[in-house]
Amino acid sequence: MTEASQIPARAAPPHPLREFWEYFSENKGAVVGLAVIVLIALLALSADLVAPHPPNEQYRDALLRPPFWQDGGSLLYPLGTDAVGRDMLSRIIHGARYSLMIGAIVVTLSLAAGVWLGLIAAFFRGSIESVIMRAMDVMLALPSLLLAIVVVAILGPSLVNAMLAIAIVYLPHFVRLTRASAISELSRDYVTASRVAGAGLLRLMLITVLPNCMAPLVVQGTLAFSSAILDAAALGFLGLGAQPPTPEWGTLLAEAREFVLRAWWVVTFPGLAILITVLAFNLMGDGLRDALDPKLKR
Amino acid sequence: MLRFVATRFGIVIPTFIGVTLVAFSLIRLVPGDPIELWVGERGIDPERHAELLRQFGFDRPLWQQYLGFLGDLLQGDLGKSIVTQQPVLSEFLTLFPATIELSLAAMIFAVAVGLPAGIIAGVRRGSAFDHTVMAVSLTGYSMPIFWWGLLLIILFSGTLGWTPVSGRISVLYFFEPVTGFMLIDSLLSGEPGAFKSAVRHLILPAIVLGTIPLAVIARQTRSAMLEVLGEDYIRTAHAKGLSPLRIIGLHALRNALIPVVTIIGLQTGLLLAGAILTETIFAWPGIGNWLVNSISRRDYPSVQGGVLLVASVVITVNLMVDLAYGLINPRIRRGAGS
Repeated sequence: MTEASQIPARAAPPHPLREFWEYFSENKGAVVGLAVIVLIALLALSADLVAPHPPNEQYRDALLRPPFWQDGGSLLYPLGTDAVGRDMLSRIIHGARYSLMIGAIVVTLSLAAGVWLGLIAAFFRGSIESVIMRAMDVMLALPSLLLAIVVVAILGPSLVNAMLAIAIVYLPHFVRLTRASAISELSRDYVTASRVAGAGLLRLMLITVLPNCMAPLVVQGTLAFSSAILDAAALGFLGLGAQPPTPEWGTLLAEAREFVLRAWWVVTFPGLAILITVLAFNLMGDGLRDALDPKLKR
Repeated sequence: MLRFVATRFGIVIPTFIGVTLVAFSLIRLVPGDPIELWVGERGIDPERHAELLRQFGFDRPLWQQYLGFLGDLLQGDLGKSIVTQQPVLSEFLTLFPATIELSLAAMIFAVAVGLPAGIIAGVRRGSAFDHTVMAVSLTGYSMPIFWWGLLLIILFSGTLGWTPVSGRISVLYFFEPVTGFMLIDSLLSGEPGAFKSAVRHLILPAIVLGTIPLAVIARQTRSAMLEVLGEDYIRTAHAKGLSPLRIIGLHALRNALIPVVTIIGLQTGLLLAGAILTETIFAWPGIGNWLVNSISRRDYPSVQGGVLLVASVVITVNLMVDLAYGLINPRIRRGAGS
């Protein structure tokens, strides 16, 4: 890349980001997904300003109020209130913070650890590689939610442990992807050239090879982001993730379970928030895959 | 073929050993030693504590404990539940048919809806039907199924009153389990209405558990169809003047189904994970529900045994799918054998 930019431009090639955006924006769903994610992120950032009430404030005179368009509802609590009189809309807006934070932390942890393990497996073939890859096979043999539940059972239920558990569960995907792309890059001439020029191991790993393995990792990262939100909500729902009164969306659903037949709104809206967020990330992930996959280009 | 089978087993055995290591470490990674966990908050006097540690072999070196664990395992001894004092294996075997019944029903639903939807979407590429199927399947794929279950309960059990909220059969009926499968047992019992009650209890959980596999199957079938329909032999078949139904039904579908069958087989792990959530929502007395309860009761031997058994089921099914795939498709067999 740096060598290319030093050659005086003849018919200037499009900037990589611009080229990427052209491919990405061809997929309408992906653009919609991105827009929704930006919106949710803005809501999460400004939750204190946007939310009409503090998320944990209990209004004792307004228990289980329905949303404003139903009889008995009012615009004071637009999406109704829960069993102890907390405003649903405010809790859901604040919950966006947790879900986005969970996704970001899980993907960062899992990606960082997975990339290292994958690079080590690719650079030191042989027994180190076998140990790493067999360990990943074992992790893949267990259903991901079950493995996450087991890790939480060991560490004890809490939001932090749930995130840690999910990050561990997603590790194999990142390790496998990094290893596979790093191995195919390692046979390329530019890597040999860099090696001959005297590049050290860390330089080869992180500066020469890794940037060329990023495309599939970015796609997997986006998809892991949505799965992390879903799995963290599932753990919260089972009582193994964030603990009440944290307004995490899965935990909101767990609290709402007993009112399922009496107050549909306490169940419906938190789940809808999960669905919309996860869907947006999946849409964007599909678009990223199309835009970043060199096989599909041109 | 023999070589193919041998390679597959060669991959499975280290995986299985790894799973036993995970299950073995589980109980030992929990803070506090196992005896302290068993006595719980009641406390225990130090002498008795040391005696119990010795009795259960927890004072031996870890590798000896592990070998002992493997030895017990080979004899089918997975330890006893702290709560019920029943052997873990027998508890698992009592509850497993309920999960199998639910998973099978979910899979039948997923295949029965997902396969035709995927085929039609692939054939009518770009049509409104295609777009709808793709949108619905992406939504299904993103669905938090624990919420989906609650929504269906609100609609079908609450508003419409069509289906019951939880359990496997109405409390009005009682009979000794013969096979453990409620649909079969209710028929065998000869009690009028029992079978109908069992079916009504099964419908919602099966739909909930089948939703994600349905989405995956519809998407995969569509893309497999698209790939096959672009092949030369399909164009030849068209040129020969064969009827479209024959081309799609006979020439295209048979080849498109090979990858789809694999995908269906590989959903087992997903189904068992989904069963944990589905069974919790519908109070379905299967292994998912049992595992979650065991964790909340801190019944670690049950969790350990359950994890081991679930992982074994997933590994075995994946191995069978692999072998079946090699059996249908000689190219895979040769590719993996060499």
